[in-house]
Amino acid sequence: MSDSASLYEKRKGVYPKAVDGFYRRLKWAIMAVTLAIYWGTPWLRWDRGPYAPDQAVLVDLAHRRFYMFSIEIWPQEFYYVAGLLIMAGVGLFLVTSAVGRAWCGYACPQTVWTDLYQHVERFVDGDRNAQLRLAKAPWGAAKIVRRLFKWSVWLGIAFVTGGAWIFYFADAPTLQREFWSGTAAWQAYATTFVLTATTFVLGGFMREQVCIYMCPWPRIQTAMLDEKSLIVTYKHWRGEKRGSLKKAEAHPGEFGDCIDCNQCVAVCPTGIDIREGPQIGCITCALCIDACDKVMAQVGRPRGLIDYCTQDDAEAEQKGAAARPVLKTLLRPRIIAYFAVWAGIGAAMLFALGARDRLEISAQQDRNPIFVRLSDGAIRNAYTVKLRNMEARPRSMEVGLDGLPGGRMWTDAGSRESAAATVRTTVPADSVAKLRIFLTLPSGGPARQDFRFTVRALDREGGSASEPARFERP
Amino acid sequence: MADDKRIDPATGTEIKHHEWDGIQELDTPLPRWWLWTFYATILFSVGYVIAYPAIPMIDRATGGMLGWSSRGALDKELAARERQIAPIRKAIAETPVAALPGRPELMQQAVEGGRAAFRVHCVQCHGSGAAGSKGYPNLNDDDWLWGGDLAAIEKTITDGIRNPDHDATRQSLMPAFGKDQLLTAAQVDDVVAHVRAISGQDRASAASRRGERVFADNCAVCHGAAGKGSRELGAPDLTDAIWLYGGDVGTIRETVWNSRHGVMPRWDDKLDKATIRMLAAYVHSLGGGEGNGGR
Repeated sequence: MSDSASLYEKRKGVYPKAVDGFYRRLKWAIMAVTLAIYWGTPWLRWDRGPYAPDQAVLVDLAHRRFYMFSIEIWPQEFYYVAGLLIMAGVGLFLVTSAVGRAWCGYACPQTVWTDLYQHVERFVDGDRNAQLRLAKAPWGAAKIVRRLFKWSVWLGIAFVTGGAWIFYFADAPTLQREFWSGTAAWQAYATTFVLTATTFVLGGFMREQVCIYMCPWPRIQTAMLDEKSLIVTYKHWRGEKRGSLKKAEAHPGEFGDCIDCNQCVAVCPTGIDIREGPQIGCITCALCIDACDKVMAQVGRPRGLIDYCTQDDAEAEQKGAAARPVLKTLLRPRIIAYFAVWAGIGAAMLFALGARDRLEISAQQDRNPIFVRLSDGAIRNAYTVKLRNMEARPRSMEVGLDGLPGGRMWTDAGSRESAAATVRTTVPADSVAKLRIFLTLPSGGPARQDFRFTVRALDREGGSASEPARFERP
Repeated sequence: MADDKRIDPATGTEIKHHEWDGIQELDTPLPRWWLWTFYATILFSVGYVIAYPAIPMIDRATGGMLGWSSRGALDKELAARERQIAPIRKAIAETPVAALPGRPELMQQAVEGGRAAFRVHCVQCHGSGAAGSKGYPNLNDDDWLWGGDLAAIEKTITDGIRNPDHDATRQSLMPAFGKDQLLTAAQVDDVVAHVRAISGQDRASAASRRGERVFADNCAVCHGAAGKGSRELGAPDLTDAIWLYGGDVGTIRETVWNSRHGVMPRWDDKLDKATIRMLAAYVHSLGGGEGNGGR
């Protein structure tokens, strides 16, 4: 069947032209900042004293700790990370409803690295036209040399990209030494290899295919945009009917501002024509705005034929209203509501982080046997008590009983002869002490007695915690 | 059938022929690289079928060229674990049991290893929580028939109790005072009353005072004049709150009349030295262990 070929579509090459302008410079700045954060963060140091790593941001999977500057997260506090993810989600809602797909256009790693790769491409092969010529040229020595050169630069970038990731999970300077001397864990090499490969393929070859076919986010974002969101808009009521400068001069009044120079298409990194209206391929990188503004300046027409504009404003403008400044579109209830939720979660998390306990106790009673009768008739219950010292220094602590008069206890380091109403221990820095506590009471008494295990830090800073428990008799 | 083709004017894509309530479907072509990844997964599956067990046959699946099996993988993991703990077992076997508490890390490992071995070899009689039952001692308490320090516990596990085929076993035989007519029924009743009195369960009575005499003549040899028992002979302390068979009048009478000869197997012919030592450490750690680190 002649139709079968159209079931699958060959990727159309995209060779975006270099462009300069306000948004291009903004993109350069954002690229510089995001890449600096990505590559620089693991190398920042943060003094936490002798008992904790000095890496500012560290995901220590082996010891189940997450360090972020002055914050240290234990596994049971993982809800802070969940909170961060919720903030990131709400933050995307906020950004999307305010400035449309700004995440896609400016900050998404796929966009940033594709942008970087395209810059390399222009450096090696030349601008759009040279690239097009080279793509059509037969494979000869010159083309092979150029391709190999370009791919090796890409591969170099991919390698430092994939290689940087592992430094978030171990002490960066140490891991770097281990990595080059071949003594690092195989996971470090495997991670570097996989991320190098994905960066190379996704940034060098897949590019806009990732945004159009693989990424779910454009679908979600298009559903979240409304008629008050900023999108890149071709003002067709001003541009149509398109015609070259010559035609327009020959027939004044018949043509719009668009001179059909195709610059907006030439610079587009996803290869679309913005003049066809809003579409899923548009990542709102705004490079077409830069390109069009430049052309409009050259032909002496006002800028903004292609511009950030909401759908509502577009309709108003068609009816003759003046263009609204971009900033004025930002203040509306939906955005304020999103911002309030986002800031609320952030403030709640900050408060919780500031007020959280760095000392915790938990107690688990032996269930088999529940109680043991001792030779003098007393009844003994046993508990596994865990003391969590989340400070980066060893702390001396005292475990006590609240609501169990006459209770005498000892740990497996002591004996019944040393039994007392309290037990003292030193919990090492940043760790959990597991105490096996034997607790006795005379046999006469209720079958069940509820009480609390308490723990009190004995150093100057103090602090205490308690945990409900139960004493059981025959 | 080119005339059947309908093209959507906005996208330039062909429209499928079905329609529902005015809604039509675009026949958007898939990207070609997607097709390649599809072929790549097919290639992968061919390689997988060749390398790994895959196709079910009548009694088993095809083996695969790598010879991988889940049972084999488990065996490997177990062997790796054995290799990993071999030095620990060796260190435990070479450390005298009384010296274990002086090496807390090794002691900890011995206790954990003993916990696992106990689950396999000991729970049948002593129970999964080591709380025992009638005739089988509770190992959590502080009452020990043959001694509760690490060395005594290890000796008990190694050689067993009243093992008929083992000379080194812990041995003692309480006479069957009633059955063998060593005491009259009245004397037995009196001595039971005495035992009830010294254990604080009954007040002293005329019978118990008579029984005190009988006790001194017949029982004190092993159980001591005060009834505190003797660990050399495995004679229980009759004055405490713990009764292996029961402390009520009927049970004590039955014990005196028929005597009790609980047995425990020797383990040195079934378990290696390290395992026995770990079992001793575990039993000692349950809360009643004596001496050696002051437990």
